[in-house]
Amino acid sequence: MLDIILQSLASLADPTVIAVILLATFYGLFIGAMPGLTVTMAVALFVPFAFFLDPVPALAAIVTLQAMGIFAGDIPGALLRMPGTPASAAYTDDSYALSQQGQARLVLGVDVIASALGGLMGAVALIVGASALAEFALTFSSYEFFWLALLGLSTTAFIATASPIKGLVAVVLGLFLSTVGIDITLGFQRFTFGNPNLLGGISFIPAMIGLFGVSEVLRIVLRGKMHLAYAKLEKGASFLPAIGTVWRYRLNALRGGIVGLITGVLPGAGADIGAWLAYGVSKRFSKEPEKYGRGSMEVVVEAGVANNSDLAAEWIPTLVFGIPGDAFTAVVIGILMLKGLRPGPAILHDYTNILIAIYVTFILANLLMVPFGFAAIRASSHLLRVPRNVLMPIILLMCIIGAYAINNDVFDVGLMLVMGLLGVLLEANGFPVAPIVLALVLGPLLEQSFMISLIKSEGDLTLFFSRPVATILGTLTLVVWILPLVPLAKKLITARQV
Amino acid sequence: MNKSRVARAALCSLGIVVLLLGLVTACAPPTLAYPAKGITINVPWGAGGGTDRTARALAAVLEKDLKQPMGVVNRTGGGGVVGHTATATADPDGYTLGMITIEVTMMNWLGTTSLTYKDYKPIALLINNRAGITVRADAPWKDYKELMEYVKANPGKLKASGTAAGGIWDLARVGWLMAAGLSLDAVKWVPSAGAAPALAELAAGGVDICTCSPAESLPMVQAGKARILAVMADKRWDALPDVPTLKELGHDFAIGGWAGIAAPARTPDSIIDILDKAVEKAVKSPEFTNFIKTSGFWLDYKGSKDFVKFLEEQQETNGKLLKAGGFIK
Repeated sequence: MLDIILQSLASLADPTVIAVILLATFYGLFIGAMPGLTVTMAVALFVPFAFFLDPVPALAAIVTLQAMGIFAGDIPGALLRMPGTPASAAYTDDSYALSQQGQARLVLGVDVIASALGGLMGAVALIVGASALAEFALTFSSYEFFWLALLGLSTTAFIATASPIKGLVAVVLGLFLSTVGIDITLGFQRFTFGNPNLLGGISFIPAMIGLFGVSEVLRIVLRGKMHLAYAKLEKGASFLPAIGTVWRYRLNALRGGIVGLITGVLPGAGADIGAWLAYGVSKRFSKEPEKYGRGSMEVVVEAGVANNSDLAAEWIPTLVFGIPGDAFTAVVIGILMLKGLRPGPAILHDYTNILIAIYVTFILANLLMVPFGFAAIRASSHLLRVPRNVLMPIILLMCIIGAYAINNDVFDVGLMLVMGLLGVLLEANGFPVAPIVLALVLGPLLEQSFMISLIKSEGDLTLFFSRPVATILGTLTLVVWILPLVPLAKKLITARQV
Repeated sequence: MNKSRVARAALCSLGIVVLLLGLVTACAPPTLAYPAKGITINVPWGAGGGTDRTARALAAVLEKDLKQPMGVVNRTGGGGVVGHTATATADPDGYTLGMITIEVTMMNWLGTTSLTYKDYKPIALLINNRAGITVRADAPWKDYKELMEYVKANPGKLKASGTAAGGIWDLARVGWLMAAGLSLDAVKWVPSAGAAPALAELAAGGVDICTCSPAESLPMVQAGKARILAVMADKRWDALPDVPTLKELGHDFAIGGWAGIAAPARTPDSIIDILDKAVEKAVKSPEFTNFIKTSGFWLDYKGSKDFVKFLEEQQETNGKLLKAGGFIK
């Protein structure tokens, strides 16, 4: 065993591998920190390079770029209110509000520590529990996925909204948008207007870039004062206070890590869903739920840990069963196959040296994240000094590139702009955009798992409670729905008695 | 917000669209011997997927032979329509080629696009991953015969999955049941977003059969979670020499998800000849052979002329299956 570990360490100590890891660090940090450019795009662009690399550097690069990118997505979220990646979207309003309250440096520091911590938790789960967690993932059928999606939607539907009705309208709008395209259950086209670009549905990443990135750019343009720069980051140390803050919310961190792990190992739920679920769970159990959406540090910790602990966990069903969890791990499978490493349980013992190299890279990348993350924060503070009339066009350009590069299609750029305008209109009238993105992510999972369950059960709704995990998730969902009605019912009863 | 600001925002985005259109400029036409510059291969599916990897493996070998850079571009979206259309409507100068997949002989039947195989000049069929009959490892049927006895005795009890309704693996189910002389309700279809979620559903006990390709279900078989009872192919697969074909079992039916390379319809024959020969050489190269071996795909090479015939047959067969399945209204 020891000689295998030493051998894989030696394979990592190769100058090419180190160079690749360093390059992937910068690449991941840059892509993540740029509003518009997403990690999914980054890894798709990396595929041609992976072709020419050996398995260890190719996989090390992916691990590193994914971890760095998901962390760095928090930076523009906190500073500009534009999440760099979909995984940061859940808590963007909170981290932005906190940085408006003069805590930008602290929030970003907390993001680094929480991300690194989450990444390490995921790595430990991957190393210790890959087989067991993979078995767990296989207990999820469409019933369980239906309840999971409904639970996620129910707990997070009302995030960051002054008015629950407007929040609900936004959720419904998002769900409506998620129905566009060919319905996989019946093969029927919905709202495509004969446009082939809409057959696959509203492409999620361009929509997200539009709703968050472009709409913010447009809003700033409309507000005027373009020659001004953003506020500066507050001075002072951030490393120790950040660690202190994460330690204060250590239970949140632990819970976020577990939520992230669970969503990660489930095929079909990626880091973005992990962050939303962690947000919902956190708000449900928080002592200060009123702060959520207006600058809650505890949710930044919890969801920040969750979206990174999700990453390593996503590799588990990918490696063990060849079942990718999201677009990202689908590319990972492609690269594994290219290198002649067929996913399957055999990979756990046949390719131990490559596997250990992956493990070590996960740990290394998350440790590297701390110094490089703080350096990235320092670098991004210079960004804030750039006048808006210079910064905004650059961001818009990045948004256009990012939307285009996902499908190499100009249609998506148009879609992004439409979503940007929609975002401006909605926000100007008090409708939040975050629930739209949430509904776009969870909508297809919710609908497909519901329809598939109905087809399987031939219309018998009792089967939604026929399996143990489904029963637990279903009951939880019903509790979430009924709890807000309890005070209302009490009021009604007392009113009648009077 | 007042109206003039909304108008300003609209104007802003309009300006961006105009700017982008301006960026799309035409390239100078080639005059030298083909190929005089880099060639682009459109892939209608995502980076890292089976079609994409095949295109990249082929491109890497072709690059050396044709001595020109080959670029693989993923034109995804629209359930494959976008990328297929991009290749069909590209300049027929031999510098834009594209991967075409089985969907090109299905989508026109389903009315999702008017595009057919006639919009291309085929160069070569490359891979053809045959369908299989995969069941859970602890399923009560020892072999295909026992499964069929159960299906006959309990029609409609078992459920199969693998793709969307009317997708390729659903057609495999339709063709298989027809060949076995059973009604299409004998094994019901549970749609899924693809083979991966269908296999997860199979393992979780949600469905009983997955008709996806053994190329996709092999990791689950190796994990001891699933067994493959038969393959819907003309001959056994090298990677699973013990698994019988449907034909051997008395049900003459074969189907597979295939991918090949093609050029826009009006590409000159002289260019197609060059590419046909180059691809034939590339497919036989040790690099490509090795790629097929490691990726677990089923190689089914057919040159330009045979590929045309294959496409004609596919167009007809898949239309029949889609009609039988009730997908053409």
